[in-house]
Amino acid sequence: MIQEKHKGMSLIVKTITRLTVGFIILYGIYIISHGHVSPGGGFAGGVIIALSFIHLMLAYGKEETLKRLPHNAASILESIGALLFLMIAVLGFTGGSFFLNFIPKGEPFRLFSAGIIPLCNVAISFKVSAGLFAIFVALVLLKLDTEKKE
Amino acid sequence: MLGLHILLVLMIIGAIIAIEVKDLLSSVVAVGAVGLCLSIVFLILKAPDVAITQLVVEILALIILIRATLKKDLPFSTSGRWLVNTFITGAFIVVLMVIAAKCFQDLPKFGYPDMRVARTYLSEGMAKTGATNIVAAVILDFRAFDTLGEATVLFAAVISVLAVVRRVGRKKEGQQEEEEEY
Repeated sequence: MIQEKHKGMSLIVKTITRLTVGFIILYGIYIISHGHVSPGGGFAGGVIIALSFIHLMLAYGKEETLKRLPHNAASILESIGALLFLMIAVLGFTGGSFFLNFIPKGEPFRLFSAGIIPLCNVAISFKVSAGLFAIFVALVLLKLDTEKKE
Repeated sequence: MLGLHILLVLMIIGAIIAIEVKDLLSSVVAVGAVGLCLSIVFLILKAPDVAITQLVVEILALIILIRATLKKDLPFSTSGRWLVNTFITGAFIVVLMVIAAKCFQDLPKFGYPDMRVARTYLSEGMAKTGATNIVAAVILDFRAFDTLGEATVLFAAVISVLAVVRRVGRKKEGQQEEEEEY
Protein backbone atom coordinates (compact mmCIF):
# COMPACT_ATOMS: atom_id res chain seq x y z
CA MET A 1 0.00 0.00 0.00
CA ILE A 2 2.80 2.39 0.84
CA GLN A 3 4.69 1.45 -2.30
CA GLU A 4 1.64 2.27 -4.44
CA LYS A 5 1.29 5.64 -2.73
CA HIS A 6 4.78 6.69 -3.82
CA LYS A 7 3.93 6.04 -7.45
CA GLY A 8 0.57 7.78 -7.22
CA MET A 9 -2.91 6.80 -8.31
CA SER A 10 -4.13 4.93 -11.41
CA LEU A 11 -3.62 5.91 -15.05
CA ILE A 12 -7.12 7.41 -15.38
CA VAL A 13 -6.58 9.75 -12.45
CA LYS A 14 -3.15 10.75 -13.73
CA THR A 15 -4.45 11.57 -17.22
CA ILE A 16 -7.38 13.63 -15.94
CA THR A 17 -5.05 15.44 -13.56
CA ARG A 18 -2.59 16.24 -16.35
CA LEU A 19 -5.42 17.73 -18.41
CA THR A 20 -7.11 19.74 -15.66
CA VAL A 21 -4.28 21.09 -13.50
CA GLY A 22 -3.42 23.81 -16.00
CA PHE A 23 -7.02 25.00 -16.10
CA ILE A 24 -7.20 25.08 -12.31
CA ILE A 25 -4.06 27.24 -12.11
CA LEU A 26 -5.49 29.50 -14.85
CA TYR A 27 -8.74 29.89 -12.88
CA GLY A 28 -6.75 30.80 -9.78
CA ILE A 29 -4.80 33.43 -11.72
CA TYR A 30 -8.08 34.82 -13.10
CA ILE A 31 -9.58 35.04 -9.59
CA ILE A 32 -6.47 36.85 -8.34
CA SER A 33 -6.04 39.29 -11.20
CA HIS A 34 -9.74 40.24 -11.31
CA GLY A 35 -10.04 40.47 -7.52
CA HIS A 36 -10.73 44.22 -7.61
CA VAL A 37 -13.35 43.99 -10.38
CA SER A 38 -15.40 40.91 -9.51
CA PRO A 39 -15.77 38.62 -6.48
CA GLY A 40 -12.61 36.82 -5.48
CA GLY A 41 -9.27 38.15 -4.42
CA GLY A 42 -5.82 37.17 -3.31
CA PHE A 43 -6.80 34.75 -0.57
CA ALA A 44 -9.33 32.66 -2.56
CA GLY A 45 -7.14 32.58 -5.68
CA GLY A 46 -4.09 31.65 -3.65
CA VAL A 47 -5.92 28.73 -2.06
CA ILE A 48 -7.04 27.57 -5.54
CA ILE A 49 -3.42 27.54 -6.78
CA ALA A 50 -2.33 25.67 -3.66
CA LEU A 51 -5.13 23.16 -4.30
CA SER A 52 -3.89 22.57 -7.85
CA PHE A 53 -0.46 21.58 -6.52
CA ILE A 54 -2.11 19.40 -3.85
CA HIS A 55 -4.12 17.79 -6.67
CA LEU A 56 -0.85 16.99 -8.45
CA MET A 57 0.58 15.56 -5.26
CA LEU A 58 -2.45 13.34 -4.59
CA ALA A 59 -2.39 11.96 -8.14
CA TYR A 60 1.33 11.65 -8.88
CA GLY A 61 2.87 11.20 -5.44
CA LYS A 62 5.26 13.49 -3.65
CA GLU A 63 8.49 13.03 -5.65
CA GLU A 64 6.97 14.24 -8.92
CA THR A 65 5.40 17.30 -7.29
CA LEU A 66 8.40 18.27 -5.18
CA LYS A 67 10.47 18.18 -8.39
CA ARG A 68 8.33 21.01 -9.77
CA LEU A 69 7.99 23.01 -6.56
CA PRO A 70 10.52 22.01 -3.89
CA HIS A 71 9.66 22.50 -0.26
CA ASN A 72 12.34 25.14 0.29
CA ALA A 73 11.12 27.08 -2.73
CA ALA A 74 7.61 27.15 -1.24
CA SER A 75 8.97 28.56 2.02
CA ILE A 76 10.99 31.21 0.18
CA LEU A 77 7.99 32.17 -2.03
CA GLU A 78 5.88 32.58 1.09
CA SER A 79 8.40 34.95 2.65
CA ILE A 80 8.68 36.85 -0.64
CA GLY A 81 4.91 37.34 -0.68
CA ALA A 82 4.93 38.70 2.87
CA LEU A 83 7.82 41.07 2.12
CA LEU A 84 6.15 42.23 -1.12
CA PHE A 85 2.96 43.08 0.76
CA LEU A 86 4.90 44.97 3.40
CA MET A 87 6.95 46.75 0.73
CA ILE A 88 3.78 47.99 -0.98
CA ALA A 89 2.60 49.25 2.39
CA VAL A 90 5.88 51.05 3.12
CA LEU A 91 5.97 52.56 -0.38
CA GLY A 92 2.85 54.43 0.65
CA PHE A 93 5.18 56.73 2.61
CA THR A 94 6.14 58.31 -0.72
CA GLY A 95 2.71 59.91 -0.60
CA GLY A 96 2.69 60.53 3.12
CA SER A 97 1.24 57.57 5.03
CA PHE A 98 1.29 53.79 5.53
CA PHE A 99 -0.83 51.86 3.00
CA LEU A 100 -1.54 54.95 0.92
CA ASN A 101 -3.01 54.25 -2.52
CA PHE A 102 -0.22 56.10 -4.34
CA ILE A 103 -0.77 54.75 -7.87
CA PRO A 104 -3.32 56.58 -10.08
CA LYS A 105 -6.77 55.02 -9.78
CA GLY A 106 -7.65 54.67 -13.48
CA GLU A 107 -11.21 54.19 -14.60
CA PRO A 108 -13.49 51.63 -12.91
CA PHE A 109 -14.27 48.18 -14.40
CA ARG A 110 -10.85 48.04 -16.09
CA LEU A 111 -8.26 45.39 -15.30
CA PHE A 112 -5.56 48.00 -14.67
CA SER A 113 -7.33 50.20 -12.17
CA ALA A 114 -7.69 50.73 -8.43
CA GLY A 115 -4.06 51.62 -7.71
CA ILE A 116 -2.28 49.27 -5.30
CA ILE A 117 -5.18 46.82 -4.78
CA PRO A 118 -4.23 44.38 -7.61
CA LEU A 119 -0.58 44.43 -6.50
CA CYS A 120 -1.64 43.61 -2.94
CA ASN A 121 -3.78 40.77 -4.30
CA VAL A 122 -0.79 39.29 -6.12
CA ALA A 123 1.40 39.55 -3.01
CA ILE A 124 -1.23 37.90 -0.81
CA SER A 125 -1.78 35.14 -3.36
CA PHE A 126 1.95 34.29 -3.38
CA LYS A 127 1.89 34.15 0.39
CA VAL A 128 -1.28 32.07 0.74
CA SER A 129 -0.56 29.55 -2.02
CA ALA A 130 3.04 28.87 -1.02
CA GLY A 131 2.20 28.82 2.68
CA LEU A 132 -0.71 26.39 2.44
CA PHE A 133 1.25 24.14 0.08
CA ALA A 134 4.15 24.11 2.54
CA ILE A 135 1.81 23.18 5.40
CA PHE A 136 0.29 20.34 3.36
CA VAL A 137 3.69 18.99 2.33
CA ALA A 138 4.92 19.10 5.92
CA LEU A 139 1.87 17.20 7.18
CA VAL A 140 2.09 14.58 4.40
CA LEU A 141 5.81 14.00 4.95
CA LEU A 142 5.23 13.54 8.68
CA LYS A 143 2.43 11.07 7.89
CA LEU A 144 4.66 9.01 5.60
CA ASP A 145 7.43 8.96 8.19
CA THR A 146 5.17 7.59 10.89
CA GLU A 147 3.71 5.03 8.45
CA LYS A 148 7.16 3.67 7.70
CA LYS A 149 7.85 3.15 11.41
CA GLU A 150 4.81 0.93 11.88
CA MET B 1 -35.73 33.03 3.35
CA LEU B 2 -37.26 29.52 3.35
CA GLY B 3 -34.21 28.08 1.59
CA LEU B 4 -31.99 29.69 4.19
CA HIS B 5 -33.85 27.98 7.02
CA ILE B 6 -33.76 24.61 5.25
CA LEU B 7 -30.00 24.98 4.83
CA LEU B 8 -29.57 25.93 8.50
CA VAL B 9 -31.51 22.82 9.60
CA LEU B 10 -29.38 20.71 7.23
CA MET B 11 -26.24 22.17 8.78
CA ILE B 12 -27.41 21.33 12.30
CA ILE B 13 -28.27 17.77 11.22
CA GLY B 14 -24.86 17.40 9.55
CA ALA B 15 -23.09 18.64 12.67
CA ILE B 16 -25.01 16.16 14.88
CA ILE B 17 -24.15 13.32 12.47
CA ALA B 18 -20.50 14.38 12.51
CA ILE B 19 -20.44 14.10 16.30
CA GLU B 20 -22.44 10.92 16.70
CA VAL B 21 -21.15 8.67 13.90
CA LYS B 22 -18.50 6.10 14.89
CA ASP B 23 -16.45 6.07 11.68
CA LEU B 24 -13.96 8.94 11.46
CA LEU B 25 -14.09 9.19 7.66
CA SER B 26 -17.89 9.49 7.71
CA SER B 27 -17.53 12.18 10.36
CA VAL B 28 -15.16 14.15 8.11
CA VAL B 29 -17.59 13.83 5.19
CA ALA B 30 -20.41 15.16 7.40
CA VAL B 31 -18.25 18.15 8.37
CA GLY B 32 -17.69 18.76 4.66
CA ALA B 33 -21.45 18.75 4.07
CA VAL B 34 -21.83 21.39 6.79
CA GLY B 35 -19.19 23.55 5.13
CA LEU B 36 -20.81 23.22 1.70
CA CYS B 37 -24.19 24.26 3.15
CA LEU B 38 -22.49 27.24 4.82
CA SER B 39 -21.03 28.36 1.49
CA ILE B 40 -24.50 28.18 -0.14
CA VAL B 41 -25.89 30.19 2.80
CA PHE B 42 -23.29 32.89 2.10
CA LEU B 43 -24.36 32.84 -1.56
CA ILE B 44 -28.03 33.29 -0.61
CA LEU B 45 -27.08 36.19 1.67
CA LYS B 46 -25.38 37.82 -1.36
CA ALA B 47 -21.78 37.52 -0.21
CA PRO B 48 -20.03 35.80 -3.16
CA ASP B 49 -16.54 36.71 -1.92
CA VAL B 50 -17.04 34.91 1.37
CA ALA B 51 -18.77 32.02 -0.43
CA ILE B 52 -15.79 31.43 -2.74
CA THR B 53 -13.34 31.60 0.14
CA GLN B 54 -15.45 29.32 2.34
CA LEU B 55 -15.83 26.70 -0.41
CA VAL B 56 -12.15 26.66 -1.31
CA VAL B 57 -10.87 26.59 2.27
CA GLU B 58 -13.41 23.87 3.11
CA ILE B 59 -12.04 21.68 0.31
CA LEU B 60 -8.46 22.22 1.51
CA ALA B 61 -9.36 21.47 5.14
CA LEU B 62 -11.29 18.37 4.05
CA ILE B 63 -8.33 17.01 2.07
CA ILE B 64 -5.99 17.54 5.02
CA LEU B 65 -8.49 15.96 7.45
CA ILE B 66 -9.02 12.93 5.20
CA ARG B 67 -5.25 12.50 4.83
CA ALA B 68 -4.96 12.72 8.60
CA THR B 69 -7.74 10.30 9.51
CA LEU B 70 -7.48 7.70 6.74
CA LYS B 71 -6.01 4.32 7.69
CA LYS B 72 -5.25 5.31 11.22
CA ASP B 73 -6.70 3.76 14.33
CA LEU B 74 -7.14 6.80 16.50
CA PRO B 75 -8.23 6.15 20.07
CA PHE B 76 -11.98 6.51 20.35
CA SER B 77 -13.51 6.81 23.78
CA THR B 78 -17.11 5.71 24.17
CA SER B 79 -17.19 4.79 27.84
CA GLY B 80 -17.61 7.32 30.62
CA ARG B 81 -20.15 8.82 32.92
CA TRP B 82 -22.71 9.60 30.24
CA LEU B 83 -25.48 10.50 32.73
CA VAL B 84 -23.44 13.26 34.38
CA ASN B 85 -22.09 14.43 31.03
CA THR B 86 -25.56 14.62 29.47
CA PHE B 87 -26.90 16.50 32.47
CA ILE B 88 -24.07 19.05 32.41
CA THR B 89 -24.44 19.52 28.64
CA GLY B 90 -28.19 20.05 28.95
CA ALA B 91 -27.71 22.56 31.77
CA PHE B 92 -25.18 24.51 29.70
CA ILE B 93 -27.51 24.55 26.69
CA VAL B 94 -30.38 25.92 28.83
CA VAL B 95 -28.19 28.65 30.37
CA LEU B 96 -26.83 29.60 26.94
CA MET B 97 -30.33 29.77 25.43
CA VAL B 98 -31.59 32.07 28.21
CA ILE B 99 -28.63 34.43 27.87
CA ALA B 100 -28.82 34.39 24.06
CA ALA B 101 -32.55 35.21 24.12
CA LYS B 102 -31.78 38.29 26.20
CA CYS B 103 -28.82 39.33 24.05
CA PHE B 104 -30.47 38.90 20.66
CA GLN B 105 -33.23 41.35 21.55
CA ASP B 106 -30.72 44.20 21.52
CA LEU B 107 -29.28 43.35 18.11
CA PRO B 108 -30.27 45.54 15.15
CA LYS B 109 -32.76 44.10 12.69
CA PHE B 110 -31.46 41.58 10.11
CA GLY B 111 -29.97 43.45 7.15
CA TYR B 112 -30.09 46.89 8.83
CA PRO B 113 -26.75 47.46 10.56
CA ASP B 114 -26.22 50.33 12.96
CA MET B 115 -22.71 51.20 11.83
CA ARG B 116 -22.37 54.51 10.03
CA VAL B 117 -18.90 53.78 8.66
CA ALA B 118 -20.26 50.99 6.43
CA ARG B 119 -22.57 53.48 4.73
CA THR B 120 -19.62 55.73 3.98
CA TYR B 121 -17.68 52.83 2.48
CA LEU B 122 -20.62 51.91 0.25
CA SER B 123 -21.28 55.42 -1.03
CA GLU B 124 -17.69 56.64 -1.48
CA GLY B 125 -15.73 53.40 -1.91
CA MET B 126 -15.65 53.34 -5.69
CA ALA B 127 -14.76 57.01 -6.06
CA LYS B 128 -11.99 56.86 -3.46
CA THR B 129 -10.30 53.60 -4.42
CA GLY B 130 -11.35 52.93 -8.04
CA ALA B 131 -12.15 49.28 -7.25
CA THR B 132 -15.61 48.05 -8.26
CA ASN B 133 -15.47 45.08 -5.89
CA ILE B 134 -16.30 46.84 -2.64
CA VAL B 135 -14.96 43.95 -0.53
CA ALA B 136 -11.51 44.27 -2.10
CA ALA B 137 -11.69 48.04 -1.60
CA VAL B 138 -12.42 47.58 2.11
CA ILE B 139 -9.93 44.83 2.95
CA LEU B 140 -7.04 46.15 0.85
CA ASP B 141 -7.48 49.91 1.08
CA PHE B 142 -9.66 51.14 3.94
CA ARG B 143 -8.76 48.31 6.33
CA ALA B 144 -5.40 47.21 4.95
CA PHE B 145 -3.99 46.99 8.48
CA ASP B 146 -6.39 44.13 9.19
CA THR B 147 -5.14 42.30 6.12
CA LEU B 148 -1.55 42.83 7.27
CA GLY B 149 -2.48 41.25 10.59
CA GLU B 150 -4.12 38.33 8.84
CA ALA B 151 -1.03 37.81 6.69
CA THR B 152 1.08 37.83 9.86
CA VAL B 153 -1.18 35.19 11.42
CA LEU B 154 -0.79 32.95 8.37
CA PHE B 155 2.98 33.48 8.40
CA ALA B 156 3.12 32.50 12.07
CA ALA B 157 1.00 29.41 11.35
CA VAL B 158 3.28 28.25 8.53
CA ILE B 159 6.42 28.84 10.58
CA SER B 160 5.04 26.99 13.60
CA VAL B 161 3.90 24.00 11.51
CA LEU B 162 7.29 23.79 9.82
CA ALA B 163 9.02 24.08 13.18
CA VAL B 164 6.94 21.33 14.80
CA VAL B 165 7.05 18.92 11.85
CA ARG B 166 10.64 19.50 10.70
CA ARG B 167 12.79 16.41 10.26
CA VAL B 168 16.04 17.81 11.65
CA GLY B 169 15.08 17.14 15.23
CA ARG B 170 13.74 13.64 14.53
CA LYS B 171 16.95 11.69 14.13
CA LYS B 172 17.11 9.88 17.46
CA GLU B 173 15.34 6.61 16.77
CA GLY B 174 15.01 5.37 20.35
CA GLN B 175 13.64 8.63 21.60
CA GLN B 176 11.02 8.77 18.89
CA GLU B 177 9.76 5.27 19.56
CA GLU B 178 9.41 6.13 23.20
CA GLU B 179 7.33 9.14 22.26
CA GLU B 180 5.07 7.11 20.00
CA GLU B 181 4.14 4.75 22.81
CA TYR B 182 2.25 7.49 24.60
